[in-house]
Amino acid sequence: MWKRDEAVRPTSGQPTAVTQPPAPTQTGAPRPETGHHVEKDIVNIGKSVVIKGELNGSEDLTIEGHVEGTIQLREHVLTIGPNGRIKAQVFAKCVIVLGEVTGNVTASDKVDIRDNGSVDGDIVAPRVAIAEGAHFRGSVDMQRKAGAAPQPQAAKSVAPQAAAQPAQAPAAGAPPAGQRVGAQ
Amino acid sequence: MAFVGLLDRLAPRRSEPEVRLSGSSPDADDPVFATKALHKFQSCLTSRESPVLLDLGPVVGTNVTYFGEQLGCKIFVEDIFADLDRHVRAGTLAQLPAFLKQRFPQESGSVDGILCWDLIDYMDRPAAQQLAAELTRVLRPDGSLLGFFGTAQPRDIRYTKFVVVDKVNLKHRSYAAARGRQAILLNRDIIKLFSGLRVSDSFLLQNNLREILFRKPA
Repeated sequence: MWKRDEAVRPTSGQPTAVTQPPAPTQTGAPRPETGHHVEKDIVNIGKSVVIKGELNGSEDLTIEGHVEGTIQLREHVLTIGPNGRIKAQVFAKCVIVLGEVTGNVTASDKVDIRDNGSVDGDIVAPRVAIAEGAHFRGSVDMQRKAGAAPQPQAAKSVAPQAAAQPAQAPAAGAPPAGQRVGAQ
Repeated sequence: MAFVGLLDRLAPRRSEPEVRLSGSSPDADDPVFATKALHKFQSCLTSRESPVLLDLGPVVGTNVTYFGEQLGCKIFVEDIFADLDRHVRAGTLAQLPAFLKQRFPQESGSVDGILCWDLIDYMDRPAAQQLAAELTRVLRPDGSLLGFFGTAQPRDIRYTKFVVVDKVNLKHRSYAAARGRQAILLNRDIIKLFSGLRVSDSFLLQNNLREILFRKPA
């Protein structure tokens, strides 16, 4: 038992140095993509900045301020920081929401509404992630790529049952004859 | 063995661990209950191309992924529980029926499926009637509506988020509510409420929840 403890001690006798993760240098907005150490230019619109109009860009953008109008980052990641307040139509490759967005959001890749993030508007994106605690009101359209067949398994396996259902179905006004007690 | 079988009958049945979705560790303690009607509801949706789904509960990311990504639905999230809460807190419950009459922007006959969950249980009769009328209006002919109805008075004032685990299991995640269930509706009351629809299937589950699948006559 004791031998096992010694075996894991450093051989030099020096206490193991605890490596601290590098402190964030910018605002608290999370980086959209992590996992590599290559520094990427991320433009940050600060808390006090108010923009009204059309916002176009060809690099990743983090917004902590207020933007009204249209935001287009067709090939890049847009992050709405916790302090960001957006009243705009948004078009981007990927949209990460930690603040508030009022308006429709269209992404060619993904929309990610994080905890405490809020979206009032319609979302169009192939992938949508909504965290517990996020607020969303509107519609979600996860466009299918052309050629992607609808789930044949679900349709095939259940459709025959559905076709057989009308035989069980009682008419409105009559007690449901198909009732099964304790069917769980 | 018989004793274990009895316990199994008394306690709510939990699904096997493998049916839990990955990445759902924060809510791992939420009970999972079987559902009999969901897969029938799902089959109604998947028989349509690009089905439109109306969800009357609070937004649940897992459900959006399930219905949107896996089934290809366009989903409208209209959290009526939040509206109900707001009216309860503001003391304007009498205005709720009028509010519900204007609440749904969807065109008549434009929705393929409605997830009503157990919303009706929390409403007074006039509001429930108005809601049922509106849901019947927006549902397309041959569309389906899935509703849950309690058959026992719960002890605490909580709403339930129903999280789809798979087509035969739902996770029940409770959260704070401004009011509890108002009444236990009898079968005939439910059928009368949705008089424009017909009951396709009805299941009384062991967790005292009645699942009813309605279809709108074509």
